[in-house]
Amino acid sequence: MADTKTAVPDVAAPPAEKGLKAILGGNIRQYGMMFALFLLMAFFTIQTSGLFLTPRNITLLLVQNSYVLILAIGMVMVIIAGHIDLSVGSVCAFVGAVVALSMKSWGFPWWAAILLGIVMGVLVGMWQGFWVAIVGIPAFIVTLAGMLLFRGLDLMILNAESITVPEQFQAIANGYLPAVGPNTNYHNLTLLFTVLAVAAVVWMEIGRRNALRKHSMTMPPVAQSVIKVVLLGTIIIVAGLLLASYRGVPVVALILFALVGIYSFVTRRTVFGRHIYAVGGNRNAARLTGVNTTMVDFLLMVNMSMLAGVAGMVYTAYLNAANPKDGTGFELDAIAAVFIGGAAVAGGIGTVVGSIVGGLVMGVLNLGLANMSVDQNVIQVIKGLVLLGAVAFDVVSKKQGKPSVIGLIQRTFSRSAPLPGAEAEAAVEQPGGAGLGKADELR
Amino acid sequence: MSDTILSMRGITKEFPGVKALSNVNLEVKRGEIHSICGENGAGKSTLMKVLSGVYPYGTYDGDIFFDGAEVKFKTIRESEQAGIAIIHQELALIPELTITENMYLGNERATRGVIDWNLANAEARALLAHVGLNEDPDVQIKNIGIGKQQLVEIAKALGKDVKLLILDEPTAALNDADSKHLLGLLTELRAKGITCIMISHKLNEIEAISDSITIIRDGQTIETLDVAIDGANEDRIIRGMVGRDLEHRFPPHTPAVGEMLMEVRDWTVAHPDDSQRLVVKGAGLEVRRGEIVGLAGLMGAGRTEFARSLFGQSYGTKVSGQLFLHGKEVHTRNVGQAIAAGLAYVTEDRKSLGLNLLDTIRESITAAGLHKIEKLGVVNDSEEIIAAERYRKSMRIKAPTIEEGVNKLSGGNQQKVVLGKWLFTEPEVLLLDEPTRGIDVGAKYEIYELINQMADAGKGVLVISSELPELLGICDRIYTLSAGVITANVPREEADQELLMRYMTQRKAN
Repeated sequence: MADTKTAVPDVAAPPAEKGLKAILGGNIRQYGMMFALFLLMAFFTIQTSGLFLTPRNITLLLVQNSYVLILAIGMVMVIIAGHIDLSVGSVCAFVGAVVALSMKSWGFPWWAAILLGIVMGVLVGMWQGFWVAIVGIPAFIVTLAGMLLFRGLDLMILNAESITVPEQFQAIANGYLPAVGPNTNYHNLTLLFTVLAVAAVVWMEIGRRNALRKHSMTMPPVAQSVIKVVLLGTIIIVAGLLLASYRGVPVVALILFALVGIYSFVTRRTVFGRHIYAVGGNRNAARLTGVNTTMVDFLLMVNMSMLAGVAGMVYTAYLNAANPKDGTGFELDAIAAVFIGGAAVAGGIGTVVGSIVGGLVMGVLNLGLANMSVDQNVIQVIKGLVLLGAVAFDVVSKKQGKPSVIGLIQRTFSRSAPLPGAEAEAAVEQPGGAGLGKADELR
Repeated sequence: MSDTILSMRGITKEFPGVKALSNVNLEVKRGEIHSICGENGAGKSTLMKVLSGVYPYGTYDGDIFFDGAEVKFKTIRESEQAGIAIIHQELALIPELTITENMYLGNERATRGVIDWNLANAEARALLAHVGLNEDPDVQIKNIGIGKQQLVEIAKALGKDVKLLILDEPTAALNDADSKHLLGLLTELRAKGITCIMISHKLNEIEAISDSITIIRDGQTIETLDVAIDGANEDRIIRGMVGRDLEHRFPPHTPAVGEMLMEVRDWTVAHPDDSQRLVVKGAGLEVRRGEIVGLAGLMGAGRTEFARSLFGQSYGTKVSGQLFLHGKEVHTRNVGQAIAAGLAYVTEDRKSLGLNLLDTIRESITAAGLHKIEKLGVVNDSEEIIAAERYRKSMRIKAPTIEEGVNKLSGGNQQKVVLGKWLFTEPEVLLLDEPTRGIDVGAKYEIYELINQMADAGKGVLVISSELPELLGICDRIYTLSAGVITANVPREEADQELLMRYMTQRKAN
């Protein structure tokens, strides 16, 4: 009973799958961006005769981009589910202002202010989630309104003045881990973290391979694992040494790493994470599969605004004060990071790590071009083109059936990409017609 | 008098792997109402798409002569210019625009790009009067009922100087009064010399107004009846529609029917957009343990709507009805509750409702049963892999690994993934909606085997299908549904295609 008519070309594919794709395994775009990030950093290092890769510069890169990266974590989840959040910049400013005010006027200690900031973020998120998930207004509109609304509230609170924050609070963005242990010319705790991180990478990859072997699944080539571990390990070691030879790991970087770890886990390993992808991939199918789409939408909006609150506090700490114009344009930076990092405009596709890489690409461009003394306006133009190029790549690679230069290049990399089987079958189904009327969903 | 307006000769249309039409002939006389009958998927709509240029000249074999000349339409526009208008069952009107705007969309009454709305409205008013629709042309389409929308479509076609009007299931979505009006209008148009082709499942309507009837089955013309000579013999039509030899084989199965599993009483559902329009009316059915029960009905009878309404009210508004599982009444208001109660629904529309095509086989199979393999919200990877592997093997899903994207699978294998996904939730009753649609014969056989296995495992299975031989081949008992009403409950031994078709086309006042 062979399935000959609509034969699956992929049955024989894996052994034939060779070259770049086999080693990289799947997500070419995400690895492509990581590769681009490397190239960019190498380019700037050469152009600035090594200035770019100095310990201070790298520390700066992390600190200066931390708030946008934190926003990108929430934003990618919102975008995977097929929504958008335009309000995050204003929410940052609003929460930053409330937190600053609480410490200055209400005498809140720094830790209570942080708690307050998180609670404010959650409340804002519940407000927006209510309109998006329960009333059913498109997130674009709700958060556009939120952008105006929370900016207005921020301006009302600050009354065109800045509110400075105490030193303990500033440490969120400007503090570093304490120096301990013998004098090694390096920051000891940072070195320890570096070693632990590399060990974790190796351990996780071995664990993954063991799990696959245990279930006698097809193993990816050993070369893939080795390259992956070496690549990631090198990044961690270089970054760790650089940070360790300056002032160690900044507190904000620790917050960022923790958030990336937690949300990577949530999106990849939890039921809630699965539901986000299900809702974004095919909302109707998700509903018929028993996913509570309303709840998913609601929680995503709450989470986004909570992270916006965290980012707002980081930014306020970074500037030592809450200012009226804080956070302007952050939403656009975060959205750009997500799309450069491989998320699909139509939803259903994207990763936390990818978005971080996307955000770093933007950050490296910013810092590197500034180091090269390129004019700010020109930097803006370049960033715009990078975003457009990255999304164009996504759109074009989806239309692989049609002749295009990039499509052609891609196909030479990925042998198994085009699906004559699936196309033929779509045509077969046509004469059968449908009962409930097929929703012509463009994806 | 017997002047032929349309002659389609030797039309053959192939899709990759499937011959949708094979050497079809159709002769339509000027000024007659010509009905085309056939089962779902027989090729009626495909034939009309060939005629109207949806499938351009060159993608099919055969010749078309219209109004005395050979025609080779490359686009719908060309066929419209020749005077052929097709009105699809899914209306092509834009709800937010007014009647006039819709009628002249793409055919604007304009000079140098500026539309003369006064002229357009006046013409529209005249055409609306022509079809007996007393409605202000400035009213938005969304504000008039579906029956009136149909009339607007016809008026629109008349405005284009139509010679041949094709209606695809024109009354499928209409209530009785609107249907009557529409059929009356068609006979009026006939008197004015407009030729009409009507595709319909409703034999009583066909009988009432047709001059000729062409029967199509499995992509071939069976015969053309001239009503004046042959009479509109309903039995003959039904025999023509279903009389295929049973070339499909079905796996042998000895049912072991046990106690009552699911009982539905007086189930009534209204259309989601129109609470006055009842899609399912007072339907009741029973499914026992180990039993495979069929639900037969023509397109638009309300089969899918019924099943989805049972499945956590995922369609329409439930008006009344009780659902018993194991003799206990259950109230499910959403899909999650339905799954928890032990129901599973496999959709007829695999690609847009059944699967997230971005997922892998592994993610698809566990999608509806994640609660079985999670702890504190964290999915257990190992258990997931084991489960997915188990279904890949037991259902013989042809894919190298469970990490294969479901979009790369053939229709039959995709369907196995969907079945696996629902079996993983360990349901008591499975509602299978067109489980073999768009799948080739070999894969169908495997699906039948899987259905038998489900029944043997003590589950209750309800199979909805448009293919009568399929229902006769696998079911122990078959319900027929016509216009939202259950018209019969036939044991397999007593059922044959003609009997079922008669019940499926029967109108019962409820």
